[in-house]
Amino acid sequence: MMRPSSFFVAILLGLWITRAQAEPLRVCADPNNLPFSDGKGNGFENRLAELVAAEMGKSVSYTWWAQRRGFIRNTLSAGQCDVVMGVPAQYELVAATLPYYRSSYVFVSRQDRHIDVASLKDPRLHQLRIGVHLLGDDGMNAPPAHALGEQGIVGNVIGYPIYGDYREATPPARLIEAVESGDVELAAAWGPLAGYVALHAPVALRVVPITDTQDFAPLQFSFDIAMGVRKGDDALRRQLDDIILRRRADIDALLADYGVPRAPVNAR
Amino acid sequence: MSPFASCSISRAGVALFACISCAGDASAQSLSALASDARNWPIAARDYAATRFSALDQINAGNVARLKLAWSFSVGANRGQEAAPLVIGGVMYVVGPYDGPHPNQVFALDAATGDLKWSYAPKPEPAAKGVACCDVVSRGLAYDNGRIFLNTLDDHMVALDAKSGQELWVTKLGDINLGETITMAPLAVKGKVFAGNSGGEMGVRGWLTAVDQNSGHIVWRAYSTGPDSETLIGADFQPRYDWMKGKDLGVKSWPADHWRTGGGTVWGWLSYDPETNFIFYGTGNPGPWNSNQRAGDNLWTSTVFARDADTGAAKWAYQMSPHDLWDHDEVNENVLLDLDVGGASRKVLVHPGRNGYMYVLDRATGEVLSADAYDTVTAYKGVDLQSGRIRPNEALTPVLDRTVENICPAPPGAKDWQPMAWSPRTRLLYVPHQHLCANFSASDVSYIAGTPFVGATVDMYAGPGGYRGEFLAWDPVKRAKAWAVTEKLPVWSGALVTAGDVVFYGTMDRLFKALDAKTGQLLWQIRAPSGFVGQPVTYMGGDGVQYIAILSGVGGWPGVIANAEIDPRVRNSALGFVGAVQDLPLYTAAGSTLLVFSLGDASAPRQQ
Repeated sequence: MMRPSSFFVAILLGLWITRAQAEPLRVCADPNNLPFSDGKGNGFENRLAELVAAEMGKSVSYTWWAQRRGFIRNTLSAGQCDVVMGVPAQYELVAATLPYYRSSYVFVSRQDRHIDVASLKDPRLHQLRIGVHLLGDDGMNAPPAHALGEQGIVGNVIGYPIYGDYREATPPARLIEAVESGDVELAAAWGPLAGYVALHAPVALRVVPITDTQDFAPLQFSFDIAMGVRKGDDALRRQLDDIILRRRADIDALLADYGVPRAPVNAR
Repeated sequence: MSPFASCSISRAGVALFACISCAGDASAQSLSALASDARNWPIAARDYAATRFSALDQINAGNVARLKLAWSFSVGANRGQEAAPLVIGGVMYVVGPYDGPHPNQVFALDAATGDLKWSYAPKPEPAAKGVACCDVVSRGLAYDNGRIFLNTLDDHMVALDAKSGQELWVTKLGDINLGETITMAPLAVKGKVFAGNSGGEMGVRGWLTAVDQNSGHIVWRAYSTGPDSETLIGADFQPRYDWMKGKDLGVKSWPADHWRTGGGTVWGWLSYDPETNFIFYGTGNPGPWNSNQRAGDNLWTSTVFARDADTGAAKWAYQMSPHDLWDHDEVNENVLLDLDVGGASRKVLVHPGRNGYMYVLDRATGEVLSADAYDTVTAYKGVDLQSGRIRPNEALTPVLDRTVENICPAPPGAKDWQPMAWSPRTRLLYVPHQHLCANFSASDVSYIAGTPFVGATVDMYAGPGGYRGEFLAWDPVKRAKAWAVTEKLPVWSGALVTAGDVVFYGTMDRLFKALDAKTGQLLWQIRAPSGFVGQPVTYMGGDGVQYIAILSGVGGWPGVIANAEIDPRVRNSALGFVGAVQDLPLYTAAGSTLLVFSLGDASAPRQQ
């Protein structure tokens, strides 16, 4: 016969487990955007969500939504979920945590082509076939696309809509694959995507941070990345801050596993 | 189907009903014939000329103050209600937006009693959820030969039996996974149905597609950018102006291959001239490239096309904004009129430009007869009638390294999709539109698909005078304002004008209004459940009563806004038009109610 105390412990344990199952960490994520996240949990943001949830004694549940215009509005702001695992630290639509990494835009080329371009001012940019991501219209495009246009580098630039064909896996990766296949000689892309694709590419790729960006202000080429919660959700934000501080080494190792090019984060 | 009688319309435009009961079947009548019977509203724009004029005059300026709610109906989806109800032979067909358990649901109702006859719920791909970013409206249905044609947001065209609601065929026209959606009302012409795509800011290449009404097969598709073979520009293409003449200009007026992701989507209105067999429509702005990455005129974006309805072959084109800098699509309606121009009657097309100019074009040739500012314009310095080219104010080019102020009209234009009406009695155009200017500056960090960037803040605000909307009566012969009523918020609903000399429109702050078409005097208004972004229509029920109908339910562009006065933490999203209507939640929440009004004389209980 079970003693009362352990009986109660069992009940409480049961309650606690039920609670943990009943209140998972509700994450808003894109189901098709590696290396960040996918529906199978293969992205580093999926892994990070598991790390954070484990720290909280919770499981993870997802609200899936393509990360486009309306993503925050339809997921986090609509109360469908409580945290976005990756947002720019200055993102106005959310309350951001402490940044947990900083990355930059990079140039990607094939190693065997020996194109050692890093500077935005490199004259070779006028000749090389360059791929960029396209996001929108004036004021709605990635910084490299703006910077090349400002210098009149236009005719040799090939645009890859970041949205791509959503039936395919990881549509933004088409830009890096175009470097592999030789469709473009150089791609300008956000570091984490480029680093991850390069890690798994069938040919050796060269990934270098873009330099000489200061003349293109207010465009930024490096960004601190944080987690985002609803404005006013300070309790959760502080919990996440605490986990980011305590598990910084593990988080950094996770990012390294995924080939994310990193720079020291700006202290806030 | 209620028995239908033939009717004649006198020259004064007053319908005289010799209501002889006959077993006429509306389904066998041509759409032109259905439109000539004032009791019907068989096309979203009422007729092929897109006038939105009804010859009904039971309701007139003298009695409209007695208008009462006759019946109402919820379409069960609380998003922007932009659809025009159709009425053919006493039956109303209406479609809801993409929301709720039954997105884009179609309902058939007795137009006099509101009895539900049937409903049809398409099964859009669940995978589509969230792939289309913003605009989930439907602007209405089309009817022809006993069939209802529906465009779903996820790019399908569906044909339904108008009597039973039974699905006849479904054709996939585009792919939501490529950023394509369909929001426009289709147009049925001579055994075909036309529809175009939305999604210009996502790199979608615009097209207009013709579908065979019987088989559902695609007959032709005309792209807005690319080589002549794909834009259907051939031997009989005769643009009026030299700069639009030449081979493959849809390729050559772009750098390298930039036309492949060139925008020019087709999400507005179509009109049709049976005399020439031309269809007319406008294309969207160039995208998704920044202006500094797309040197050239970027044909055929921001362009009005005339095409042969049978083959799609382009007859003429006129580009309103070569190398558009301010997101000024030119998808607005093209109203076909006979107007006195310089002492002679001309067959014209009137196009209220998003760019702020009221264009009058010769509809046979595309010649610009006049282009006059109907709202505050600073982004341009006028239209050169010799060359046909607009003169952009380059000083206001949006570039991220500086703040550009006082851009008028703002990106949504002086007028957006909300359609105007024309009265052959007053000879005036009734133009619902917004009155907004914008500042452009770099500041916000944005994030799309895991890619961070510094985007633009487009701060929009009321134009000169401090109002944000206007209901304008415009005289296209005098090329001047006849009268105007200013509104606190943008006027985002369509207009309706009748032979009773009453004009109707709705406001975003929940008022449905009737004005004297001659003077603009307010004759009647009613507070509704939700703000208006819909299209008012009028018809006669099987009971001989004239009804006015409009969907109430705010949304579309303004539906995504939050209130800065209540929540100062909310900032503008890039090109998201949030700032201009931050007070909207003080006036309205979302809604989904079809409102049907009559004079109430016939509201005695009926035998069911």
